Amino acid sequence: MDMMDKLTILTDAAKYDAACTSSGARRGHRAGRIGNTSSSIAGCCHTFSGDGRCVTLLKVLMTNCCVYDCKYCVNRCSNDTRRAVFTPEELAELTIQFYRRNYIEGLFLSSGVLVSPDYTTERMIRCLDLLRNHYRFNGYIHAKAIPGTSQELVTQLGMLADRLSVNIELPSEQGLTALAPNKTRRAIFRPMGLITNTLRENREELVKYRHAPRFAPAGQSTQMIIGATPDSDRHILSLTQALYGKYGLKRVFYSAYVPVVENTLLPALDSKPPLLREHRLYQADWLLRFYGFRAEELLDKDEPNFNPLVDPKCSWALKHLELFPVEVNTASREELLRVPGMGTVSVKRILYARRARKLEHEDLKKLGIVMKRAQYFITCKGKMLDGLKLQPDSILRSLIAAERAALPGAELEQLSLFENAG
Amino acid sequence: MEVIYRYDGSFEGFLCCVFDSYVNKEYPAAFQDEAHLENSFFPARWIGTDLRHARRVLVSLGKIDPYAKELVVKGFLTCAPEREKIIYQFIHTLYIVGKPLLRRLSDEAVWPLLKAVRHLDGEVHLLKGFTRFSEFEGMLAGEVRPRNRVLPLLRPHFCDRMYNEVFLLYDRNHHEALVHRPGQWAILPLEEFRMAAPSAQEAQYRRLWKQFYDTVEIKERHNPRKRMSSMPKRYWETMTEFQDEAYFLAGTEGLPEGGTPG
Repeated sequence: MDMMDKLTILTDAAKYDAACTSSGARRGHRAGRIGNTSSSIAGCCHTFSGDGRCVTLLKVLMTNCCVYDCKYCVNRCSNDTRRAVFTPEELAELTIQFYRRNYIEGLFLSSGVLVSPDYTTERMIRCLDLLRNHYRFNGYIHAKAIPGTSQELVTQLGMLADRLSVNIELPSEQGLTALAPNKTRRAIFRPMGLITNTLRENREELVKYRHAPRFAPAGQSTQMIIGATPDSDRHILSLTQALYGKYGLKRVFYSAYVPVVENTLLPALDSKPPLLREHRLYQADWLLRFYGFRAEELLDKDEPNFNPLVDPKCSWALKHLELFPVEVNTASREELLRVPGMGTVSVKRILYARRARKLEHEDLKKLGIVMKRAQYFITCKGKMLDGLKLQPDSILRSLIAAERAALPGAELEQLSLFENAG
Repeated sequence: MEVIYRYDGSFEGFLCCVFDSYVNKEYPAAFQDEAHLENSFFPARWIGTDLRHARRVLVSLGKIDPYAKELVVKGFLTCAPEREKIIYQFIHTLYIVGKPLLRRLSDEAVWPLLKAVRHLDGEVHLLKGFTRFSEFEGMLAGEVRPRNRVLPLLRPHFCDRMYNEVFLLYDRNHHEALVHRPGQWAILPLEEFRMAAPSAQEAQYRRLWKQFYDTVEIKERHNPRKRMSSMPKRYWETMTEFQDEAYFLAGTEGLPEGGTPG
């Protein structure tokens, strides 16, 4: 089998993984080594694929052969599909050549389970070791820790990679039992906890010895599949919050389930991936990480799922109109961050600029702040924008209209949007 | 009296315009660089470039605030129409108000410059990812067609990333090139540059990348609008994955001259 075939098969098998960021590790060039890692917080996108997702890493599997039979997965052993295996040498050479041409920021290496988790991880380690120590590659590497791998091997993997991740796959134990009979919740959380502990120990070591080897400097992430099981948004978001808190994860990724197999336990093959739901979860995830929101504020027992019509922050604000409008010139950073339509950059600019002089509505526009949503929730020097009134119904309608163009799968949703909007 | 300043088009030349306007006690109505002279009703004054004067202006800005200096340096790289006027207005007000001006983000003397610099910074950020290199006998070469003069700002990034490489990055729109070999770099004017035909190996890596790009898309999630907003089409011209078939064959010519590839 030639390289082109292998690359095609092993990319095709890896593409459903959502994680593709190169942020979190800051490393300049080092003498005698190839490359650096992006210094920007936003990471570095090298291209965008036809589905609009950022491509920053060479995302492939070591092999798509797998001894497991997870029902939702294209690589399950009962699936009749072409199989391929990269040799560590091939993959290392390909990564270097892509990297030199500025196609990619580094490698995202995952794998199906060949023979056993330990055997597979050893192969991955061999490839990363070649990259780091033979080619002296200094760029970004994201590696998947496979549940069931021994602790020593996970530690070795983490010494070579910038980021490690263990996929939670499905948000609940019931989902796992039904769809991934070879995996248990414990088997997934064990390596995750291991990585968390090693990260903590490593941080202590680094305090003591500046040159101690670094274990996964860009931390740990995970991903779960959305829409394959009947879990509510509330459940998923609370789980996310716990992962950020308890396990100190850097990112939680969501992947809208794309039906790849006919199974009575799964959504039908012709059902569309729940892209809007995934989008809402990402918006809420941002609110948890950068805007000081808690999962309990966004969703509760009576309303366990996000409103598809407006984003989570708008939805929260509409339920708490008593807190609005806020005065741009005196509100705290925390208050401003809760205004729909205000991002962290906008808030930073307001805080910076208002120390020089009081801001008017026209000033905000010149600061580059988008007023489409924010205008309903703020006053400048005590005044709302002329002609605006705070009435829940009209605000809701305008907010829906303001976001519509940017929504994924908007074509599908449009009809229902207008039926429900009134 | 309204007067137009003409200068040699260089950054130092422009700083001398600032210097001379204070010597002459006048507020220039417009600036024209040598290469783009236009007739106008106003009388014009030729401003010669004196590096010592340019230095004095730049140092004075840095003394007020390093960020003010950075804005002026970056402002001159932007593609904003009448960028000289925008920068002059900023400097003029800065000399009156001093450092507090920097907080007045909505001031007429500040926000047009900030807006132009944000556009520049945005383009630089995107091109760190969207730039493509090809290998020719161990050397790397790439081409970009940006709106702003991005090479001085891309320089630290690529010289760090490709520390051990010999490479050339050509800016076709501004006719200049960043050249680098380990430990040394320069940005030089370069009227024309055509990439050589790819070797068999180079062509193979181009094909592999194109294949990866086409495969990694989840077809059920096809969303061209999202792609377009994250990666505007004008960048596609120089990106490997959007080239015609000929680009992937060994022994054929480089990127097409212009227009949007199919």
